[in-house]
Amino acid sequence: MPPLNRPLRLAVALDGGARYSASAFAERAQLAERGAFDFITLEDSLGQPAPGVGRLDALAVLASVAPATERIGLLPTVTTTHTEPFHLSASIATLDWVSRGRGGWIADVSTSEADARLIGRRPAAPIDELWHEAGEVVDVVTRLFDSWEDDAEIRDIATGRFIDRDKLHYVDFETATFSVRGPSIVPRPPQGHPVTAIDATAPHARQTAARYADVAFVRTQDPDTARAVRADLRERARAWGREPDRLIVLASLSVDLDASADAVALAELVAAWHTDGAADGFHFRPRDAERDLRLLVNGTVPVLQHRGLVRHFYPGATLREHLGLPRPTNRYALAREASAR
Amino acid sequence: MSNSPGTSRTTRRAIHLAAHFPGVNNTTVWSAPPTPQAPQVSRPGSAGPTAERSATRQSAFGSQIDFSSFTHLARTAERGLFDFFFLAEGLRLREHQGRIHDLDVVGRPEAITVLSALAAVTEHLGLAATVNATFNEPYELARRLASLDHLSGGRAAWNVVTSSDAFTGENFRRGGFLDRADRYTRAAEFVAAARELWDSWPPGVERGRTGGATGSFAHHGQHFDIEGRFSVPRSPQGHPVVIQAGDSGEGREFAAATADVVFTRHGTLEAGREFYADVKGRLAAYGRRPDDLKIMPGVTFVLGDTAAEAQEKAAEIRRQQISPQTALLTLEQVWGVDLSRYDPDGPLPDIEPDYEAQLSQGRVRQADPRAIVASWRALAKEKGLSIRQTVIEATGRQSFIGTPEAVADELDTFVQTDAADGFILIPHLTPGGLDDFVKRVVPLLQERGSFRTRYTGSTLRAHLGLAQPLGEDTAA
Ligand SMILES: Cc1cc2nc3c(=O)[nH]c(=O)nc-3n(C[C@H](O)[C@H](O)[C@H](O)COP(=O)(O)O)c2cc1C
Repeated sequence: MPPLNRPLRLAVALDGGARYSASAFAERAQLAERGAFDFITLEDSLGQPAPGVGRLDALAVLASVAPATERIGLLPTVTTTHTEPFHLSASIATLDWVSRGRGGWIADVSTSEADARLIGRRPAAPIDELWHEAGEVVDVVTRLFDSWEDDAEIRDIATGRFIDRDKLHYVDFETATFSVRGPSIVPRPPQGHPVTAIDATAPHARQTAARYADVAFVRTQDPDTARAVRADLRERARAWGREPDRLIVLASLSVDLDASADAVALAELVAAWHTDGAADGFHFRPRDAERDLRLLVNGTVPVLQHRGLVRHFYPGATLREHLGLPRPTNRYALAREASAR
Repeated sequence: MSNSPGTSRTTRRAIHLAAHFPGVNNTTVWSAPPTPQAPQVSRPGSAGPTAERSATRQSAFGSQIDFSSFTHLARTAERGLFDFFFLAEGLRLREHQGRIHDLDVVGRPEAITVLSALAAVTEHLGLAATVNATFNEPYELARRLASLDHLSGGRAAWNVVTSSDAFTGENFRRGGFLDRADRYTRAAEFVAAARELWDSWPPGVERGRTGGATGSFAHHGQHFDIEGRFSVPRSPQGHPVVIQAGDSGEGREFAAATADVVFTRHGTLEAGREFYADVKGRLAAYGRRPDDLKIMPGVTFVLGDTAAEAQEKAAEIRRQQISPQTALLTLEQVWGVDLSRYDPDGPLPDIEPDYEAQLSQGRVRQADPRAIVASWRALAKEKGLSIRQTVIEATGRQSFIGTPEAVADELDTFVQTDAADGFILIPHLTPGGLDDFVKRVVPLLQERGSFRTRYTGSTLRAHLGLAQPLGEDTAA
């Protein structure tokens, strides 16, 4: 087996089980944290997930989980289609602040006419257009993160200035569907850019994921599919001028475990996929929120730890550190320094 | 003490208290030499002047963005049995003379997300978010507020503010499209639509009994034309508490028709009584009783061991709030012209103001600049004051200054004599600005029988003594 210089990344979905209780979410998150998962995810949608079924705002839920946990990353799904990009940026930055550098988001689109009528601003648009727009939203959201340089706050008593306004920047971002002036109302978050993830299973989402995402999910139960999509994403990322290793591709597996033996078998399976280069890691979607998560933490993870494939603990503090992603430099600081030379 | 709690307890009006996280204006003192005689945080083992200094600074001049500042203030408020914790909002950084304003604390987290996190570290405290009705949509915001209400077990509140300025609109898809005249018609329709959404699930139902129809709504109005199925089951409070902050006739009418709480700037006894009578008087027309709407002025306070010490502290705080640079900027806002060549320690400018100019963006405009110029000139002349001294003297006097006993007495007088139902306290320090109030004033209010000695309910509505709105099923 080739030595792995990169640990296998592990994430787990918190969906299912009690849907409206903050303490139930916190308990599940704490359990996942005991398994040293890199991050947890929570799905969301603008409308009801199924007729007559409700759900809470996922970003709010994971914000409430933040003080109940210490290390685990927090990735809610956030839809971009009917929301103000300015608000999204502020909410995601705030999730990163309240979790001290563990925030991120899974950018998604709202495609249905029913969702469009909930907001009443514009009709449903073709999915390719929506994913193109989602890319623009991710772009402006991260520009807004950068609109404050890290050291903009100076508290300079001599000049009476709280901030150095030369280190705050307008983003002046304009597309066919929105424009944002900036700067953000929230200082640059602890991670610089909270982690952006996109479900790249559908071909429509792939280009946007390759261009903008730090983490891409591929929903499949088949290693060949995972490998092919990963290769496609890396190729596209390279074409966008990105370092492909900065795009972490996770196979997103639906798991349904009946007993510890299943949990161990799952460990064998993912180890094999990883060795074959099918994925950089795995995102487990438990069928039964409580039971499967327990089996993953008590059965699957220990086997992977024993084989040296995953960490036993969190050596870093931020989600970027868990994932081995560097803290991004600030584009406006770079530009300002370049023009000052 | 003049009031013996035993005899008057039952007839006293209860005071409601809220904690305002220090704002992004010059009320918030962000820096000053640490005061070593009053270290507010003492850590065992933190020896030496540097450690002491940094501990003091942390409590006095802490971060306006770090989550620990929010937990500190929220936990202090909850220890003091406050009704709620309050976060303001501003959707565009303020500018002065076309540049970002740099003299005040700036940079805040987004309110609903911070409050969702605070819900996990508090148990009873209400959690109020200021959110603009102009740059949001009912479905989305109703969903976020109902989520907060679920996550906090019934403690969510929404301070409905409005904006019509194109300056703020530049950050949004919508842009600055709204006529000033429409700001409250949109806000009123927004709240009505949000309440329709909150009512769309029958009480006690977490999974649709009636299948696809659960959560159905349709709202077709002037500002919103929306329909579908709401995704959040009825939340513990039914309707999160609605707060209104806005002072115009339209604003007051909107409050009387719609709000549960009014956040006002009328913080003196006379102005307070007038405002109180005016707004409460408007309620009957909407079939509401005076107690259905709580009036809570935003107020500042300074405590001292003696009256003289409190006055001295208050004067010192005003000097910190009005730096030489802030004094000039404040003057420029009134004068409407650049005054950067003036010495803040010199006399007021003798040049004529430009009353039409608007140098600042993103701030509430000065009401009547002519009257202000005249009175400031008179004040400076009479007392021989410099620019900075004039601004210090004329602006930002704290609402309540005195010993804990005197402040408790004054606060109680406001509430017992129809000038307010309670207060939104605005500390000038982050995050320790309420520590003393909770330690020294709250017990006195309790002794007088005017303030709760424990939380008796679990929701913010219960703390405020507001009725629980009936769900569709039960109302019918
Ligand atoms: C005490 C008070 C606090 C306010 N806080 C905010 C705020 O945090 N954010 C905001 O955008 N507007 C705030 N406002 C502005 C009001 O929402 C409203 O837009 C403004 O007062 C203009 O309305 P009016 O003409 O009715 O006074 C506040 C107003 C008052 C009186």
